[in-house]
Amino acid sequence: MSANQLTLWYLLASVCFILALKGLSSPTTARRGNVFGMVGMTIAVVTTIALVARGRLDLIFIAMLVGGTIGAIIARRVQMTQMPELVAAMHSMVGMAAVLIAIAVVNNPGAFGEHDPLPAGNRLELFIGTFVGAITFSGSVIAFGKLAGLGKKFRLFSSAPVVFKGQHLLNLALAIVMIGFGLAFFLSPDKAWTPFIVMTAIAFVLGVLIIIPIGGADMPVVISMLNSYSGWAAAGIGFSLNNSMLIIAGSLVGSSGAILSYIMCKAMNRSFFSVILGGFGAAEGSAAAGGGDKTVRSGSADDAAFLMANAESVIIVPGYGLAVARAQHAVKEMANKLIEKGVNVRYAIHPVAGRMPGHMNVLLAEAEVPYDQVFEMDDINGEFGTTDVVLVLGANDVVNPLAHEKGSAIYGMPILEVAKAHTVLVNKRSMAAGYAGLDNPLFYMDKTMMVFGDAKKVVEDLVKALD
Amino acid sequence: MSGIVDPTILNLVVFVLAVFVGYHVIWNVTPALHTPLMSVTNAISSVIIVGAILAAAPTQMDFGSILGVVAVGLASINVAGGFLVTQRMLEMFKKKQPKKEGKK
Repeated sequence: MSANQLTLWYLLASVCFILALKGLSSPTTARRGNVFGMVGMTIAVVTTIALVARGRLDLIFIAMLVGGTIGAIIARRVQMTQMPELVAAMHSMVGMAAVLIAIAVVNNPGAFGEHDPLPAGNRLELFIGTFVGAITFSGSVIAFGKLAGLGKKFRLFSSAPVVFKGQHLLNLALAIVMIGFGLAFFLSPDKAWTPFIVMTAIAFVLGVLIIIPIGGADMPVVISMLNSYSGWAAAGIGFSLNNSMLIIAGSLVGSSGAILSYIMCKAMNRSFFSVILGGFGAAEGSAAAGGGDKTVRSGSADDAAFLMANAESVIIVPGYGLAVARAQHAVKEMANKLIEKGVNVRYAIHPVAGRMPGHMNVLLAEAEVPYDQVFEMDDINGEFGTTDVVLVLGANDVVNPLAHEKGSAIYGMPILEVAKAHTVLVNKRSMAAGYAGLDNPLFYMDKTMMVFGDAKKVVEDLVKALD
Repeated sequence: MSGIVDPTILNLVVFVLAVFVGYHVIWNVTPALHTPLMSVTNAISSVIIVGAILAAAPTQMDFGSILGVVAVGLASINVAGGFLVTQRMLEMFKKKQPKKEGKK
């Protein structure tokens, strides 16, 4: 196969990847998009195998078979609540693959059709691809541990931010040293293993240090950010291999992750840097919650069921607590009961509900909630004023009216305007403050009734009470 | 101004244009599908498998080609896992036949 043919096949694969992402603009076209993605990947792999047909392929096929089988099994078994962990784990694979490929390039540039020794320009690109890959790998491993709740066994995986004195200074110093060794690798005329290895090792450490100070509730940003990094790592490798398809695919993924990070930060009204620097909400959590002089009205599941059954319209606001309690199926059952009684039931989703972008939508889809009942924040915020009952399930900061008050820590954060509804039912496990460590005036309003307990338990009780 | 353009410059052209395409395509993705977006981008970024295959291919085995084989394995997990889990999620978003009438 000539280089021109190869490039044209790769171009075709790149177009397929773009179509795959374009398909996601609507649930009806998304599955066709995914098929485009698979076709693109098949073209890319088959073309490359045809290219190296005279090399040894047995091990490659075995590796593909083993990897593919593992991937298929995981894809089939994983629970939808575990999607964040799975995505984090997959980011780490891309990162590691990038590092391994980079090492192989340094070892034998000839195998990739490069000059031996590698030209300086390629060494620079390789350096970038490697350190981004290494940071992606170790950062994703930490993110995976935090998401999978391994914090009890290893402190590094604690979902509470791990902070220590001089942390940012240490990170900065390490980054500078890493770039220094990278430049040494770039400038040295021969293979220069030493600076390359030191640089990669520092990048691995840096990946760990960057992610440990970031708290559990910032995970949507972290996952999006690592998603972005894994794309840039692929693009970096594409540069050093002069492979335009890798560059295109990598840039698509990179910009996707960057946009998701931006959307998540905006939905929390936090700057990207304050998330990265981490440590937010570490100790304040318990302090602010003790407003003892105010009274809350609490009620039983029966009371709540009565209110909802007699309402004309109900909006359900699912939050993190629902995902943790895996209550999505119970919620759907409850909604069905209400719909049978002629109640107009809708769901309102805040962009940062759940532990990754769009997580809540997937959980509701898994419970077979029709997606035309599910509304994004901007589409439903105007509807709360004419709604009889809002049921808040395990959400707190995203419905906190303090966001409208100047001077509060979450001032300016876009929220779901549930306080405008006639009656608000809030399910929480206790009166503890949310992630931002703020008290929530919503809970003390006259129109609010608290229903304490585990989300799943409470919703199941509601279902019973509705019979 | 003459001569052949350096491949790195051409790569940069491709890169910048691809970032623009990515930017515009991603903003059109509906927020409800952000999780499938992440899993499918994961699968797409494992097109890095192409580099891994090149690394694994040389006939004389050395430590570089072993790393290549490992990288092929890792990337394959992602390719299969990423696309299949996306498929699984998107199936859930399929419009269900309205069952409400039948239940009553």
